[in-house]
Amino acid sequence: MGLRHKLSTFRIGGVHPPEQKLSAMVPIAPLPLPRMVTIPIVQHIGKPARITVQRGDSVKTGQVIATHDGFVSSNIHASVSGKVGIIEETMDSTGFKHIAVNIRVKGDEWDESIDRSDTLITEITCEPKEIVERILAAGIVGMGGAAFPSHVKLTIPEGKHVDTLLINGVECEPYLTADHRIMLEKPNEILVGIRILMKALGVPRAIIGIEDNKHDAIELFEKLLGGQTAISVAALKVQYPQGGEKQLIQAVLNREVPSGGLPADVGVIVHNVATTFAVYEAVQKRKPLIERVVTVTGKDVKTPSNFLVRIGTPVIDLLNAAGGVPEDAGKIISGGPMMGKAIADLEVPIAKGTSGILVIPEEEAKRTESYNCVRCGKCIEACPMGLEPYYLLLLGRKGSPEKAEAEHILDCIECGSCSFVCPSNRPILDYIRLGKAEVRQSKAPKV
Amino acid sequence: MSERLLTISPSPHIHSPLTVPQIMRVVILAMVPALLFATWQFGLGAIYVSSLAVIFCVLSEYVIVKYLFRKSTTIGDGSAIITGLLLAFNVPSNLPWYIILIGSVASVGLAKWTYGGLGNNPFNPALVGRVFLLISFPVQMTSWPEAHPVWTLDGATMATPLGLLKEGLRAGRTVPDIMGELPSLTDFILGLRAGSLGETSGLALLLGMAYMLYKKVITWHTPVSMMLGVVLLSGACWLYDPTHFAHPLFHLLTGGVLLGAIFMATDYVTSPVTQRGMLLYGFCIGILTVLIRLFGSYPEGVSFAILIMNAFVPMINKYVKPPRYGAKPSTQKH
Amino acid sequence: MNDIVLYSVISLTAIGVVSAVVLYVVSQKFHVHEDERIAQVESVLPNTNCGGCGKPGCHAFALAVVETGDLQALHCPVGGNAVMKQVAGIMGVQAVEKDPYIAVVRCSGSFEYRKKTNVYDGAASCAIAAQLYSGDTGCAYGCLGMGDCVAVCDFGAMYMDEKTGLPVIVEDKCTACNACVKECPKDILELWPKGKKSQRVYVACLNEEKGSTARKECAVACSGCAKCLEACRYDAITLVNNLADIDADKCKLCMECIEACDVRNIIATHTTPDKIAQATEHRLKREEREKKKKQEEKEKLANETNHGTTA
Repeated sequence: MGLRHKLSTFRIGGVHPPEQKLSAMVPIAPLPLPRMVTIPIVQHIGKPARITVQRGDSVKTGQVIATHDGFVSSNIHASVSGKVGIIEETMDSTGFKHIAVNIRVKGDEWDESIDRSDTLITEITCEPKEIVERILAAGIVGMGGAAFPSHVKLTIPEGKHVDTLLINGVECEPYLTADHRIMLEKPNEILVGIRILMKALGVPRAIIGIEDNKHDAIELFEKLLGGQTAISVAALKVQYPQGGEKQLIQAVLNREVPSGGLPADVGVIVHNVATTFAVYEAVQKRKPLIERVVTVTGKDVKTPSNFLVRIGTPVIDLLNAAGGVPEDAGKIISGGPMMGKAIADLEVPIAKGTSGILVIPEEEAKRTESYNCVRCGKCIEACPMGLEPYYLLLLGRKGSPEKAEAEHILDCIECGSCSFVCPSNRPILDYIRLGKAEVRQSKAPKV
Repeated sequence: MSERLLTISPSPHIHSPLTVPQIMRVVILAMVPALLFATWQFGLGAIYVSSLAVIFCVLSEYVIVKYLFRKSTTIGDGSAIITGLLLAFNVPSNLPWYIILIGSVASVGLAKWTYGGLGNNPFNPALVGRVFLLISFPVQMTSWPEAHPVWTLDGATMATPLGLLKEGLRAGRTVPDIMGELPSLTDFILGLRAGSLGETSGLALLLGMAYMLYKKVITWHTPVSMMLGVVLLSGACWLYDPTHFAHPLFHLLTGGVLLGAIFMATDYVTSPVTQRGMLLYGFCIGILTVLIRLFGSYPEGVSFAILIMNAFVPMINKYVKPPRYGAKPSTQKH
Repeated sequence: MNDIVLYSVISLTAIGVVSAVVLYVVSQKFHVHEDERIAQVESVLPNTNCGGCGKPGCHAFALAVVETGDLQALHCPVGGNAVMKQVAGIMGVQAVEKDPYIAVVRCSGSFEYRKKTNVYDGAASCAIAAQLYSGDTGCAYGCLGMGDCVAVCDFGAMYMDEKTGLPVIVEDKCTACNACVKECPKDILELWPKGKKSQRVYVACLNEEKGSTARKECAVACSGCAKCLEACRYDAITLVNNLADIDADKCKLCMECIEACDVRNIIATHTTPDKIAQATEHRLKREEREKKKKQEEKEKLANETNHGTTA
């Protein structure tokens, strides 16, 4: 490690929860096909997709079953082949019911246009416009969790100049290892993906940001890149929430996205590594986003694993494949422990943005006793946006949207660092979310 | 899986191990070196006064919460124990029990629960108790037992170095003249001098601070800026006229500066929430302390300085904001 | 000694005189003329500042009354017709009588009927839970049971029933101020005409799922079976999104629908079991008659056609 330069990180706030990367050494294994998949038509930020199939239709793997409705929306594909079953409102990992298409699995017949071979195609023949079209067609969304449609991010707003593509390989959430494994197992594909994104954006350089707890990935990329200058690796000090777009930009480039602005305002576009791999597959292999790597983990999970899973597979199948639901499971989370969503129903399907399934034992599932705020200021110290969470809690609870907005409540990225550190165990983020909703509501046009 | 229902709550789903009771335990542990030193220095009186203060404070808290507020007991959070210990640290080790009782009731009852308990009190409870006693029982509160009679409990008392300095200056003597009769700086660092129970040993207090810093219970901002305030102002005066003003290190190491900087000014509830605010707050306490010492009628000013700055904390919290991400508009050149 | 007394008296008198002059001048110069009726109206208002009238407080309401004089649009639900009559008297206009309203709880999903499917462990606020997910039971429409409505009630007119987990309205305290209605994230609470002799009939369910799903989620959910629609003689009940909805204006409080509901989830207040039984009997007889009538008509029609074909 002698060559390692000083590690950079973001400057404001941050916490360091125990990393718990239990499945970091477990290679990605494909999960056997489920008997039935449930594919929600809202798996992204934006408008729901429009369903194009009917009950009883036969579909092939990779076939479009719902098309994007408007620009900020995304295509949805059949992740298996079989017969379309009931189309109805179904509980998904958001905690609410959404329309979803059920497909009864029959064989595994893929759409003919998809190249299913493993050969690496390095030559990029597509023109930028075609690249964006293929990404749109493949229904690719941000796979780090936010699920923002990727083609939108590749369309730089008028008047903005982007000079850097940042690839987010940080995976700062404890427990999760899906991105780490992809970087180790598909580095060449990711590098081609990066070049595709660079070509689409017309940017001269790309930087892969990776936290220092993934030495092997950093070294692997450095070795593969050799002396190449257009693409480089930035090793980052382990600190949560470095995977947040704004924090990553500050850590790697020392730029700050202005309040209320986008990364493009400071000349940066950020894509996640898993998304980059999906871009490679979409553009070079014409393969839509029908499967993803999901970490199944937890202290009492028998075999913490990284599975390659078809979208729409029920969570219970993944847990069973990892040794069954632990006896003392108290809480099951879709995503990581800091920002993931607790789910109550194990039949909910894996979506494009599901990066992990985490099982928390009963004794750690419940929050502990909460005390008065002692104004220790730890939440302020921890807040990566430089806000005053203890005060935002009060404003959110009191329902004072004007004051809350003046305190920049909308800058909050909901990383949970404040609630994590609060020694009085106060539900800080709970009330900040409420406050944010109130501010948005008060700003929305009155009906 | 068993029939148990799964739990649902908003994220985050994990929590840092540092909780309020945990923090209180760390602070109590951090006070142990100073307490041990006080016992060695002032004898069993130190233990006697400390235990009484802790018992009285906890009892007051229990009675007030149970019979006035009719809520479940709050003793578990440990804050009453700390208030008791801090009160004891701020009084002479030969204080009679009834004065300790009055101080404890003033601390917990008057300063804390009239405002609604932990988290709501604007002033540091132990300091309110201390000042309450100082005004009510000026003689007992300023009759310090002589330093260094190990394991004895005779009635001999003596003045503190700061008291001696003030007396001397009033009598028209010069600082170097008075200093000749006082213990050396090394003695001050070790704590071989008269004073309140827990304030004498700089070394023991700094040990406590190191522990709290290591455990991330406090940050350096308040103590360091307060010490800096003391050293800067007293240093400037000393440079101006060394015959009338004592050496800055003398000011730093005597009286309650270290105790105040490390254990009193860092009290979460009554200090600012932002690090910038803490710097301002600490620095102002330092300046006020020296001002009171040099120009006020009391020889010592730490308690008053902290209480005065406590009153400014809401204002500091309102106007001193943390550095915010993205506060500056875009700097990109198009 | 005398000097001190003298000086004190003189100086204090001087200060007093100067202050009095200043105060007088200022009060004259900055006097704001206010319609005295504003104060009068305000004095007869309940002065609870609940905001139930749509104004931020009683003063604002009084101001609006005096400014517009429109008692059709401005009504104090808390004071009701008695207070509005006084207000009309002050304003010298005709009083407008309005039917009093009251809040009703449109969910019957008690612990017994609606089984928990998970344990909520976030901040104890319905608003936060509603933002997070659809709720701790299968029903996404039901009461979340953390009492945001109770907390917001200024009149002590609500409490949470520990046995059912649902809020209860204290009838003689509820002023129909609308605070709970606005607060509830699931819109469980609704203002309903208080009704003659406080009699009200409403569906205590908001579940819009299809029948079988709804019943799986809650034993007393409205399944949209439409039996109550048939039972109603006044077309007061409609079915919207698998949910029966009673139009309070059309409802004649005949109580005939009450026992038509399989799960008895049409709530009737201030009535007696006898009256309901009577109404049911009445309805059954009527239905019998109608059935017979239909039968006869059918037979008649059949006869006619038969007759026609044979002819």
